[in-house]
Amino acid sequence: MRRPLSEENFAFILITPAVIIIFSIVLYPILKTLYMSFFNIDLTNPFSRPFVGLGNYLEILCGPTFWNAMVRTVYFAVVSISMEFILGISIALLLNEDFYGRWLLRSLIIIPWAIPTIVNGSLWRWIFNPQYGALNALLTQIGLIDSYQSWLGSPFLALNMVIVADVWKMTPLVVIMILAGLQTIPHELYESAGVDGANVLKRFFHITLPMLKPTILIVLILRTMETFKVFDIIYIMTSGGPANGTQLITYYTYREAFSYLQLSKGATLAFLISLTILGLSIIYVKALGTKTEY
Amino acid sequence: MPILRRNRKIFTEVFKYIFAFIILIGTLAPFLWLIISSISPEKELLAKPLQWIPSRHTFQRYVSIFTESENNKAAYVFRQAMGNSIKVALSVVVISLISGTIAAYSFARLKFRFKNKIIMVFLFTYMIPPVAIIIALFTILNELNLIDTLLGLTILYSSFTTPFVVWIMKGYMQSIPGDLEDAARIDGCSRLKALTRVILPLALPGLIATGILVFLLSWEEFFYALIFTSSVQAKTISVAISEFSGRHAVDYGMIATGGVLATLPPVILTLFFQRYIISGLTAGGVKG
Amino acid sequence: MKSKKLWLITVLLVMLVSCFINVAGAATTLNALYMKQAGYSETDIENITAKFEAKYPGIDVNLIFVPYDALHDKIVTAAATKSRAYDVALIDCIWTPEFARAGFLLDVTKKMAAVNTNDIFEGVLSSVAYGGKYYGMPWLNDTKYLFYNKNILAKAGYKTPPATWDELIQQAKAIKEKGLVEHPIVWSWAQAEAAICDYTALVAGFGGEILDEKGNPCFHQGAGLEVLKFMVKTIKEGLTNPSSKEFLEEDVRRVFSQGEAAFAMNWAYMYNLANDPAESAIAGDAEIAVVPGSKKAVSGSVNGGMGLAVVNSSRNPDLAWEYIQFMAGKEVQIEYSANALPIYISAYDDPRVSGDQPTLASVSEKQYKYVVNRPQVTWYPQLSEILQVEIQKALIGIKSPEDALNTAAEAAKKLKEKNK
Repeated sequence: MRRPLSEENFAFILITPAVIIIFSIVLYPILKTLYMSFFNIDLTNPFSRPFVGLGNYLEILCGPTFWNAMVRTVYFAVVSISMEFILGISIALLLNEDFYGRWLLRSLIIIPWAIPTIVNGSLWRWIFNPQYGALNALLTQIGLIDSYQSWLGSPFLALNMVIVADVWKMTPLVVIMILAGLQTIPHELYESAGVDGANVLKRFFHITLPMLKPTILIVLILRTMETFKVFDIIYIMTSGGPANGTQLITYYTYREAFSYLQLSKGATLAFLISLTILGLSIIYVKALGTKTEY
Repeated sequence: MPILRRNRKIFTEVFKYIFAFIILIGTLAPFLWLIISSISPEKELLAKPLQWIPSRHTFQRYVSIFTESENNKAAYVFRQAMGNSIKVALSVVVISLISGTIAAYSFARLKFRFKNKIIMVFLFTYMIPPVAIIIALFTILNELNLIDTLLGLTILYSSFTTPFVVWIMKGYMQSIPGDLEDAARIDGCSRLKALTRVILPLALPGLIATGILVFLLSWEEFFYALIFTSSVQAKTISVAISEFSGRHAVDYGMIATGGVLATLPPVILTLFFQRYIISGLTAGGVKG
Repeated sequence: MKSKKLWLITVLLVMLVSCFINVAGAATTLNALYMKQAGYSETDIENITAKFEAKYPGIDVNLIFVPYDALHDKIVTAAATKSRAYDVALIDCIWTPEFARAGFLLDVTKKMAAVNTNDIFEGVLSSVAYGGKYYGMPWLNDTKYLFYNKNILAKAGYKTPPATWDELIQQAKAIKEKGLVEHPIVWSWAQAEAAICDYTALVAGFGGEILDEKGNPCFHQGAGLEVLKFMVKTIKEGLTNPSSKEFLEEDVRRVFSQGEAAFAMNWAYMYNLANDPAESAIAGDAEIAVVPGSKKAVSGSVNGGMGLAVVNSSRNPDLAWEYIQFMAGKEVQIEYSANALPIYISAYDDPRVSGDQPTLASVSEKQYKYVVNRPQVTWYPQLSEILQVEIQKALIGIKSPEDALNTAAEAAKKLKEKNK
């Protein structure tokens, strides 16, 4: 008779395929990138690549460009994630109610999320086109503005317009996840609250929201990771312009590594970004106080 | 009092429908504009004042994408790229779901050393922005001769979707009551049997939902594909669409057409599995 | 249990084996990286390549076409990893110093001795030169031109296009006053290389330079500053389309082709498209002219030349050079001159070149005499972005032109120090 596997060995066998798939490809690049971040590798100067220790980290953290890009990224993340949550939770609450055509709306709501980012970026860039865009046409035709506006022409406005495009695409994901979360809340909880005469708002803040906490945490971490890594939509809509107004942290990393061939700077930035995401995730878990591990 | 309550009820009902209508418009209007752009003649798109409904519509762009031969490069490339993307996305779904789910099971249910450390490292790989590691990645894929191949893309995508699957499925597994599995084990099932006979069937909705998320992640991925593929045999749909907008020719009509077509597979997939997504993520959402 | 493990191992093995099948298939293949919409159409490039393959049996040239934006990134990734992914690559003139210094490209100075460089326009020849050496063969000849809508000019009472920027402003004012178009001039001033192309052309036309002979920034005084003030002024006076600050070349073409601008700066490609009824509402009215100048310069435009280079890691550098010579051969360039004008001076005497498009050929021949390069320094990409951002700040009105250019000059000086 075969000896049954120990729990630990069984576990190791089960995670082996995932470990192989994840690490066989990305482990070396990640370590190599970490290694590069301690040197000064500038491809336009191929014969000198001195060891600089934490020099790159210091240089980047002491310069204004990083912080400017970081502030924009944090703004992007905070605004788009809060919009997605406000919209996402209200839409999910609606879709959890009974009304005619609910199944249709539940199906259609998914569409923006299914549009590939590259199409989404081109679509909104076209809608915001200062000369032929649908937004200018619509707003002038209903009389809200008198002349065509340059939506992507000034730094702060452009950043907000990119946020609009991102929120439109990503809200459905939040809706779906929250809707799923809502369905796990037992009806009895509401019924007992209803008897007590609690009003709608109270019910929401005392029952719904706390019960949604685990779901919110997952979505929050997921969206934070994605907003800090946001790149494609910037590449397509604005290329970081105007006047660097939409140069978010990942786009800045791309410029350093690809356009300027400063591989070490790019590597350093990459680690600063991932450490930021990691730090935020830990803070979320602590702040929301659930027992969730990652 | 009853009248007041009825009024309030009517008010909520009306409010519900108004809100639903606004959401419907907000969701659909930009997408409808994409469809309209794809069937409008170029000149009408540039007309001032803008005509919302084109006076004549043309399906020429769709026809050219589906019928034209190799001579019309862009259309041919697009058609091939669509096939490539489907192949890659489906393979990635299969690979990362299988490897991710069994790993998620052991993270959720079994006790072993370094458990939390391993899962942290898994998630950390997902947190690194691709643009920074792409040059080092290129070296590896080049050594393996996987540049410009569908296999290369599949492996690459799987490496970043698998941590994602592990993370989501782990939450889902934790929400499946433990007694079911214990009962099966007492009945003499081996661990593996308990996993395949008891846990996996219960986890099916979660698997489907996660599968769709993964499908979309690989379907829409752009920058890796841009750098790692060059030939018609390996280009994906995002790359093909980006090629409609060059420095010396931005064909917005074709971008819109490509956009509508690129949106169809994920939309069909999500609509088909919609029921599962919502119930599937339900359990996963509860216990994180 | 066992079976699952076995199955996984099998899958991994199959993956590994299939990697090696690709290797086995390699014959004498050249991989050539081109840009989409590069003057020559993809079909042209395929046809010329097919002729080469017919002439050299046993050689297989694999053509890869990518958008301009992806071209730089793909060359960098492949060359930085010494991957041999490409043997031949199309390079833009602004990348030559950077790529040459990084060792991405093969030094072909010796091989160029066999080429009659005296017959090649200086501008396009300098696209592939850095530090007195050649790193490629010139291939695409391009520069920016002044485009004008002759119908609008005629309505405003002008028969000839402006010869100086002052004249252009006068004409634009008259056109605006008569209400012919709201914003008579359109440019590509988005935060992109396109903005620096326009800026370089203007600075040359105003008789100045961006960097002096020693490579020190001098754009913050004299002509460079005058130009930025000029740019800001035309926006304030409503002569320049205010959306120019988010426009790229294709937006310029659209606005001009819709008849919504009287003047536009763009590359040669716009000439045919703006006169094509399928693409343009002003077909037949779009005219091309030499870019205006000033008291100090007859004209000034920017070099947009591109060259074909041998990637340093290529296994077959001689063969690759052979192929490049074929692609850039005089006969080939004359035969395919409908989409891209030849790099050879003597080719313009051939009736086949001027025959197709007499105006474009004669204007080009004149314009090529007044073409300048964007700064040929290895740190150009950073310099370009600094200028883009600061110029945009002035255009948007966040900063005065003086402040913007002073900031840029300070940053440029630091860059120069760093890259000594």
